[in-house]
Amino acid sequence: MLAIDGTFLDFKQLDLLATQHTALHRLDPRAKVLTTACFVLCVVSFDRYTISAMLPYLLYPAVLIAASGLPFGYILRKILIVIPFALVIGIFNPVFDRQVIMHVGEFAIWGGWVSCASILIRATLTASVAIILVALTGFPVICAALEKLGMPKAFAVQLLFLYRYIFVLTDEGVRTIRACQLRSFGRRGLSLRQFGSLVGHLLLRTWDRAERIHMAMLARGFSGEFHTTGPQGRFGSKELIFMGGWSALFIVLRLYNAPQLLGGLFAGSLS
Amino acid sequence: MSHHKVEVRNLQHVYPDGTVALNDVSFRIHHGESVAIIGANGAGKSTLLLHLNGYLSATSGEVVIGDTLLARENLAEVRRTVGIVFQDPDDQLFMPTVFDDVAFGPLNMGLAATDVETRVIEALGMVEAVELRHKPPYHLSGGEKKRVAIATVLSMLPDILVLDEPTNGLDPHARRQVMALLQAFHHTRIITSHDLDMVLELCERTIVLQDGQVMADGPTLDIFKNEELLHACRLEKPFAMQACPVCSPGRRTVPGRKPLVPPHGDGYHDHEH
Amino acid sequence: MHMADALVSPAVGGAMWATSAALIGYCSAQGHKHLDERKVPLMGVLGAFVFTAQIINFTIPATGSSGHLGGGLLLAILLGPSAAFLTIASVLMVQALFFADGGLLALGCNIFNLGFFPAFFAYPLIYRKLIGRNPGQSSMVMATIVAAVVSLQLGSLGVVLQTVASGVSALPFKEFLLLMQSIHLAIGVVEGVATALVIAFIYRARPETLENVSRVKPTAKRPLRSLLATLLAAAALTGGVLSWFASDAPDGLEWSIARITESAGFPHAQDPEHKALETIQSKTALHSGVTMPEGKRGHPEETASPVEERIGKSLSGLIGGAITLAVCFLVGILCRKRAEPKGFGASH
Ligand SMILES: Nc1ncnc2c1ncn2[C@@H]1O[C@H](COP(=O)(O)OP(=O)(O)O)[C@@H](O)[C@H]1O
Ligand SMILES: [Mg+2]
Repeated sequence: MLAIDGTFLDFKQLDLLATQHTALHRLDPRAKVLTTACFVLCVVSFDRYTISAMLPYLLYPAVLIAASGLPFGYILRKILIVIPFALVIGIFNPVFDRQVIMHVGEFAIWGGWVSCASILIRATLTASVAIILVALTGFPVICAALEKLGMPKAFAVQLLFLYRYIFVLTDEGVRTIRACQLRSFGRRGLSLRQFGSLVGHLLLRTWDRAERIHMAMLARGFSGEFHTTGPQGRFGSKELIFMGGWSALFIVLRLYNAPQLLGGLFAGSLS
Repeated sequence: MSHHKVEVRNLQHVYPDGTVALNDVSFRIHHGESVAIIGANGAGKSTLLLHLNGYLSATSGEVVIGDTLLARENLAEVRRTVGIVFQDPDDQLFMPTVFDDVAFGPLNMGLAATDVETRVIEALGMVEAVELRHKPPYHLSGGEKKRVAIATVLSMLPDILVLDEPTNGLDPHARRQVMALLQAFHHTRIITSHDLDMVLELCERTIVLQDGQVMADGPTLDIFKNEELLHACRLEKPFAMQACPVCSPGRRTVPGRKPLVPPHGDGYHDHEH
Repeated sequence: MHMADALVSPAVGGAMWATSAALIGYCSAQGHKHLDERKVPLMGVLGAFVFTAQIINFTIPATGSSGHLGGGLLLAILLGPSAAFLTIASVLMVQALFFADGGLLALGCNIFNLGFFPAFFAYPLIYRKLIGRNPGQSSMVMATIVAAVVSLQLGSLGVVLQTVASGVSALPFKEFLLLMQSIHLAIGVVEGVATALVIAFIYRARPETLENVSRVKPTAKRPLRSLLATLLAAAALTGGVLSWFASDAPDGLEWSIARITESAGFPHAQDPEHKALETIQSKTALHSGVTMPEGKRGHPEETASPVEERIGKSLSGLIGGAITLAVCFLVGILCRKRAEPKGFGASH
């Protein structure tokens, strides 16, 4: 109950980042969405003992963060919040997979440790690109892009409504909870009974709001069909270069283990 | 001129739970009139407004807009004529950006994209919010939200503008802005409010509702001078009139309160009689 | 719990993505056909409501821990299957994007696990069957709890199958299943109670809210709907299982063979020590597993010849990895320096 304001502020900040005007922000969202998809697919397609071959993929988030001036610390913090969830499952790998796959000096390293580390890297990479995608594009614009890429309109409309009213309802929720906390004199958490009536009240108010919104929609001639103008994005040469360049890089990195080659060269020249 | 009249005859509305929100309400508003509907909380003001564009249908009685009797078949037409601005702008601004919101009505009317754009810019211009057009509604201040909400209706070029408590919750500056832009709308205006000072400035006629019934209907000044009536309807005289030497010569000052308008000098008398 | 990108393979993720996308398409079309346009804002706003409700915690009596509403079943009860499914999917999508909760590829799994089961299974086939024609408050509460438990059990079964089929995690199916199902039994009861409390409140305060939608809903079409649902579920399951063999066969099989030979060669590995490891909850067991001397377990290193190759590669892998990291970091810094005013050109 204490973290609520934090969660919400975080949400707003990510939304605000998307309102900047860098060249990356201006890129047609479809290019960013598809490039992100290619990235994620390449990363997760590595086998589970892969570590080194995944590292070059850090280049993509690093370049995007740097080139668009996104706050690195903020994004890192968001990633750090997510990693434990992957780790909950990953930490079992060393328990169940004890095949020794390499030795570092005296120590035998089990496959489980390697695959656990691999999971951590996967989590970092996939989480960072998701957050960066939003920070560079903005949610409504991503929805528009997905709609152009074939997402059903009804679902797009649902997403837009949800997104719009998250801001209104979390505000309302936070106020309600604060009022409740003020009266509960420092006891943390709500009792079941309190919870039922607090959330129930919130639900009824939400329901009423939906009715008022519907009213406002009808008053402006809504008849079941949602029309949007949407920014007429062009998928131009910039987009092509961005998407083509990165995707090609991802695929090459997927096929050839760049660090391995690099390290081989380096190790070879040493001996 | 009678084209944009609004006529309500013996309107009654009973909510499904049995609440009688309106009871035998009748009035007639002519083209170009600016009318306030005032009354305490729960008097039935919002319920009444929702009948004017057919969102609620009357339990009995009828509503005539222009020359058409409001019915299911002509709802679309009526909704184009009567533009309603609701009380909470968060309910009215549901699209991702201000532009999309203001374009929502015109797009539903089937206008071409270029016409929609002109309409949007015009409407936003009227409320001095053109520069907000790319912003999402949740990044607007209260006053900005209200002005944009009004623009979402103006973009449909309504002949009758209906507003539910337009100055509710606004700071003095934002309130002034909204009042100024309402002043500039020259078609029929119907406004509900508790803000009787605003009513005094914007509306020459006032209808007083109490428990779903019309208690009075007449020139705003006459009604505001009638203290018994206001009191009976749980309302209070506008501040501008409370210490006004012209309107209430008997009560120069309210005890314990400094007069807002100095008792002497006609130059301070800033409202009309 | 959410599936995460880090645990999912492209085949499983892709199959579930396709399944969920098909379901979203189906539900959208459904909404379009029997359009109750009142639902357009209602769904959106209720999605935002679930979002808000999820950050409100309550204390679970006698445990000291806290729980919150998941919301899937609540949405199904308020909105009916199709609309609820779309709403849940939208909530999960916002979570995946804004909190990287789950991830983009795993989104398909999550939508299926947390959306399909409450909306298309637990609600129509359990909740509605249990409340009967004239539901009273107590029958609603009971039905809600049972339906919540069932939908969470199925959801966690989905997580287990998808995780194991993906082969990124090394958790063995049986143990993982046992662990997940028992944890989700508890979570299911909590979810059920929380949902029931809210439903009971609504039932008392404004019963017509519950009737409106759910009475209007189940008109015709039910047989077709559940048929389609079953088909999709079957498709998803087979897709998942097949793709396991198709894509990860070399790796997954090699690994499971290695494990089988291990346990076959050392039957005493099934003794108490090993058992202790299986009861995963206890941290001490986990820890003793980690520090255990290698010789005691007697790992047959020679059995793993493909693994040998990895070892050869690992040293250069390590060096190369370090260099790569440094390069990424440097490029990042360089871009930042150069990109202050413009930005785009630097990325190529
Ligand atoms: N949806 C509703 N269902 C039942 N009663 C309602 C509903 N909306 C309003 N009412 C009741 O109708 C009366 C008039 O309400 P309303 O028109 O909102 O008043 P006002 O806008 O003047 O404050 C009040 O008594 C209110 O409680
Ligand atoms: Mg009102």
